[in-house]
Amino acid sequence: MTYFARKIGFYLLAAWAAITIDFFLPRLIPGNPVEILMSRMAQSGSPPPGEAKTLALLLGLSHGNLITQYWDYLVQLSHLNFGISITDFPTPVSQIIVSTLPWTIVLVGTCTVISFIVGIVLGTIAGFKGGKWAEALIPSTTFLTSLPYFFMALLLLYFLSYEFHLFPLNGGYSDSLTIGFTGSFILSAVYHSILPALTIILASLGGWLLGMRNMVLTTLSEDYVVAAEARGLSRRKIMIGYAARNAVIPSITGFAISLGFVVSGSIAMEYVFSYPGIGYELLQAISNDDYALTQAIFLIITLSVLGANLIVDLLYGFIDPRTRQSR
Amino acid sequence: MKNRDTRVHNSVRVEVIVKSWKWLRRLLKRAFRSKKLVIGVVILGFFVLVAVIGPIFATNPNGFIGPDMASPSLKFPLGTDFAGQNVLYQLIDSTGPSLLVGFAAGALATLISVIIGIGSGFVGGIFDETATFFTNIILVIPGLPLVLIVAAYVGSSSLTPIILVIAFTSWAAYARVLRGQTLSIRNRDFILASRVAGEKWWRIVFVEILPNELAIIVSNFIFMVVFAILTQATLAFLGIGDVTTLTWGNMLYLANNDEALTSGAWWWFIPPGLCIGLVGTALAFINFGLDEILNPRLKISAQKEK
Repeated sequence: MTYFARKIGFYLLAAWAAITIDFFLPRLIPGNPVEILMSRMAQSGSPPPGEAKTLALLLGLSHGNLITQYWDYLVQLSHLNFGISITDFPTPVSQIIVSTLPWTIVLVGTCTVISFIVGIVLGTIAGFKGGKWAEALIPSTTFLTSLPYFFMALLLLYFLSYEFHLFPLNGGYSDSLTIGFTGSFILSAVYHSILPALTIILASLGGWLLGMRNMVLTTLSEDYVVAAEARGLSRRKIMIGYAARNAVIPSITGFAISLGFVVSGSIAMEYVFSYPGIGYELLQAISNDDYALTQAIFLIITLSVLGANLIVDLLYGFIDPRTRQSR
Repeated sequence: MKNRDTRVHNSVRVEVIVKSWKWLRRLLKRAFRSKKLVIGVVILGFFVLVAVIGPIFATNPNGFIGPDMASPSLKFPLGTDFAGQNVLYQLIDSTGPSLLVGFAAGALATLISVIIGIGSGFVGGIFDETATFFTNIILVIPGLPLVLIVAAYVGSSSLTPIILVIAFTSWAAYARVLRGQTLSIRNRDFILASRVAGEKWWRIVFVEILPNELAIIVSNFIFMVVFAILTQATLAFLGIGDVTTLTWGNMLYLANNDEALTSGAWWWFIPPGLCIGLVGTALAFINFGLDEILNPRLKISAQKEK
């Protein structure tokens, strides 16, 4: 049980660290962000009363010393009031997050799982079977992982959408439809998500594949694999039950770092496809100097990644009993 | 007494030099046998050469010298962009800054990871606990959103802030690896022996520990260079930070914004992306090659494959 308590404790501290970084970020902005935002809001319409105070609290720039500012900021966060966006005036920031986050979570989540499974399976086979086919796999996957996500997205978009008109050019669903759980909307959303999904899978697959292949090669020289061979177990049983099972552990341990890369990459990918997810919204917020929205999105993305990692780490505790015993 | 000491020292020194020379020759011989390493070095060498001598030929990459969006021809081997600028010249002049960011940020991140990783593994105690905690936290916080926001808020017309931001957010994974390695080396006999012999701590770190982790450090450095090149390209592509310096990412940003895709100008956006991919592949190959030479386990499997 201590393993689980330790993990939960660590992620709580990590969340606190993320919240604190978020508190200090607005201090990098030249000038007075609250005044900048208020004057821009005044141009687009009349900001609601008290908005200046909300913003000051949220950006950690209220009156008083650093500690009272920090406290005010925490209180503000606990009320889940993130102020008003100027990118989409006067929508509350929280509402924008609620409408964009699901797009990214569903897309990135599904793609990460697919890419992980395909990469692990192919990596196991490549490491176990070897041969010409596996040899050719290494340079090609290395090249694929060396391409930036956004470039992969540009290539897919150019060839499959502009040249062959197979897929839509941008967006997350057809403009003529309204969002809802209707058949035509879901079909349209899936159709629009194929290229973004392909981008993430192609760009992240290689990492899993190469890592798994190398670990399988290392595992194959372990004594217990040799012993299993000597006992005359079938190749298949050795590959799955002995080699793959032990070789997959570093991939799961490295999940935290990989997920960070995938989320980072998907921000640029969403930009290319104008996908209505939280990454695209973050970029819009940054380019509009929408500090409140930027602030909130950073926090949400970071906390989501932390949450996903907590889940993986807890599952890992069930998969590998050794982690529960150590220390 | 003193005289004898130096004599012994000198003969040891000569022996060390002869030994390391032989070792280096064996290493080079093996290096040439690793196909991956040779390919990687050749590709990377080509790009470095282009970065160094290219700008002499590719003068004035921003001059409006041709027709707009012309497809590749003898005069413009990679065509022109929306303003009639020579894409090949832009590609050549982008090479230097793109590589510079990668190597500078990679070097700085390596330095930080070595200091934190070896430091916390060697010193131990409270320092180790705190350093490990911070390392783990930075590791799980996704890098790009943070880098994006910091780069956008700081805003600058030079590459320096980008280099710093990338370096300070990317060292954590490798610091953890080095810490683990240092912990396992720290209690081996040769370190204990030099402790008993009364060696100074810095001598133990720089002469005993560091050389033993050199292979890992080099490999980390190479990975971080690749990561930094990719991150800079992404930032430039998104138009964040320095948008004036010509880099491959910056070319892709302009191409994407100025309708290279809609007008079918593949010669404008495909080459810079391929360059990024090729440099990344070359560096990865160098890493695999070095690993084959230095890692005895892989050496056996590589021989088996032949």
